Amino acid sequence: MTASGMTMARPKGTFSERFVRFWNRYLLFIFTGLAILYLMAPVIVIALFSFNDPAGKSNFVWQGFTLDAWLDPFGVAGLQSAVAVSLGIAFASTIISTILGTLIALAIARHVFRGRSATNLFIFLPMATPEIVLGASLLTLFVAIGAPPFFPLSAGTILIAHIMFSISFVVVTVRARLAGFPTHLEEAAMDLGANEITTFRKVTFPLILPGVMAAALLVFSLSIDDFVITNFTAGGTVTFPMFIYAKARIGIPPEVNVIGTIIFLTAVGLVALSTVLSRRRTMRDERLARMQIAEDHK
Amino acid sequence: MLAASEPFVTSSRPCSLQSEANVPTVDVKLVDVVKRFGDAVAVDHINLEVMDGEFFSLLGPSGCGKTTTLRMIGGFEEPTSGLIELQGQDVTWLPPYRRNVNTVFQNYALFPHLTIYENVAFGLRRQGVSDPELKSRVHEMLALVELSGFDARKPTQISGGQAQRVALARALINKPAVLLLDEPLGALDLKLRKQMQVELKRIQQEVGITFVYVTHDQEEAMTMSDRIAVMNRGRYEQLGEPEVLYERPTTRFVAGFLGISNLLPGTVGAADGSYAAVRLADDTTVRAPKSLFVADRSGVSVGVRPEKIRMHEQSAEPPAGHNQLSGTVRDASYIGVSTQYIVEARGGAQIMVYEQNVERATKAELWAPGESVRLSWSPDHTFVVTDDEGAAAAAPR
Repeated sequence: MTASGMTMARPKGTFSERFVRFWNRYLLFIFTGLAILYLMAPVIVIALFSFNDPAGKSNFVWQGFTLDAWLDPFGVAGLQSAVAVSLGIAFASTIISTILGTLIALAIARHVFRGRSATNLFIFLPMATPEIVLGASLLTLFVAIGAPPFFPLSAGTILIAHIMFSISFVVVTVRARLAGFPTHLEEAAMDLGANEITTFRKVTFPLILPGVMAAALLVFSLSIDDFVITNFTAGGTVTFPMFIYAKARIGIPPEVNVIGTIIFLTAVGLVALSTVLSRRRTMRDERLARMQIAEDHK
Repeated sequence: MLAASEPFVTSSRPCSLQSEANVPTVDVKLVDVVKRFGDAVAVDHINLEVMDGEFFSLLGPSGCGKTTTLRMIGGFEEPTSGLIELQGQDVTWLPPYRRNVNTVFQNYALFPHLTIYENVAFGLRRQGVSDPELKSRVHEMLALVELSGFDARKPTQISGGQAQRVALARALINKPAVLLLDEPLGALDLKLRKQMQVELKRIQQEVGITFVYVTHDQEEAMTMSDRIAVMNRGRYEQLGEPEVLYERPTTRFVAGFLGISNLLPGTVGAADGSYAAVRLADDTTVRAPKSLFVADRSGVSVGVRPEKIRMHEQSAEPPAGHNQLSGTVRDASYIGVSTQYIVEARGGAQIMVYEQNVERATKAELWAPGESVRLSWSPDHTFVVTDDEGAAAAAPR
């Protein structure tokens, strides 16, 4: 028994023991894989069907492989302008709302002023209000004003609406960053001869920058896929989500899947890049620290 | 205005190594400074003069106004009223970056996104110091605080004691007229704190800069300071050299805050030579230097430090002219270097006595609880404090 076991060089133990060992080692791995699969399945389907060669208008059944959609992603009428409008609005609203929101967050976190708690409340409101209510009331407002830039409805009114709801998210994100940030650092900078502007440039801003960047990414993605509020405030303008919605009834062309896949890959690429950069920085810091420790012990 | 202020900063920060004259000049002057936060008075009419090159401490319990006083000198708080002068210049309303002072903050406040080198270089960069000079000065400063070679590390990669020294280097490199230190050793463990106390004193003597040091630790203040202001409730109760504060406290608060003291209430009696007599509650009379008594005050307490008292057999005759009390030993704790006794005097007062374990060291030789003893101490070791509580009531008389 023992001799044969040794010559066969198999892992020791009964089947159930080996099963438990396997289970202990790979349990987390298996669950992680399943979770990722669950999250990624829709994305995989979108990417897969961007290579489909649909027979009719609908792109729901796999017919055959083609690169047609990838070679001419803007081959469908109206798609190019819809994507351009969405990107333009997303960039503009991200920049404007990030600047305004960061300034509001700084004011709320750093200063006590009349109307501070009211500001806090009003900043929170757009996040708590259902989008459909927000969209409907914005429409009412724009019609009631009835003059440019609020009326007629256009890309401009979409932009105004997007900035409005984005500011709340920026304020909340940046304020969270500021909350864990000791005011002593700003005092130290001023103590060392930096005036208010230099202090902001050299100390405050670099430290809240991660929060500001996170806020910008968040509101960019909120803007580019917003449908409900946009639909109320668009007038004749068509954004990318509105284009998809309109096409959904008659069948979404694979070109839409191509644009979707590109957006996804861009996002993943940016995240990967930032991970690599921060890991490289950490490694460099650690190497320097190790070198110094080695030197200390010499 | 703001754009123009940076060059101004450069010109307003000259080297402070000034007059070698014998007469010390005043570096920091507070005139009648008051700071209120809403209804609360944090600093209550303080007048102070800190001399050039001095190690000056503001000592007191938390909430006594010492940190607020320091922050007003640094420019982080504006006084409600009063005047603050630095080297003769009125700086009351100047922002921190226009004052020739630097601060070592309680939690160090190192910039987490900058390396140690850049942290230390921060002040010089604001002054527009050229790169080669900047480099040599930063390295010189890191050497002074014994952190050479730490340039590339981030504040998160060093220990608390090292962070403390970086904070010190970052402030000192600007050669301020005055360095403000806000409980800089508070976060360190006891052993490191003792080490840093010696280190701080060495650095202060080496650079010759005036230090204004805030602490609640009386031992720390006494170890390092040239002079101490003991603060309580927004004002200082006594200002002086450490020995004077310890040997001759003038208020009950100072006597209690700096070390242990035995305070015995009594009534002032007749003067006799250079001493005045005080009649205690149990009718014993003790004597204290006449110069310590405030005129027109009959209700006082006399005090004596526990290590100044000597213990004798009840029958023994203590040295002539010494103050005496009889009592019973109530408690004895042997702590190696000395033994601490609590003796209950005839009048009921509990008196703390420290006796060095020299003549008596073994258990049989030490005084035991229940034994009758006679306490004696020199009238020169007796101090007189006015009762804070009675102060207001006594005033109209």
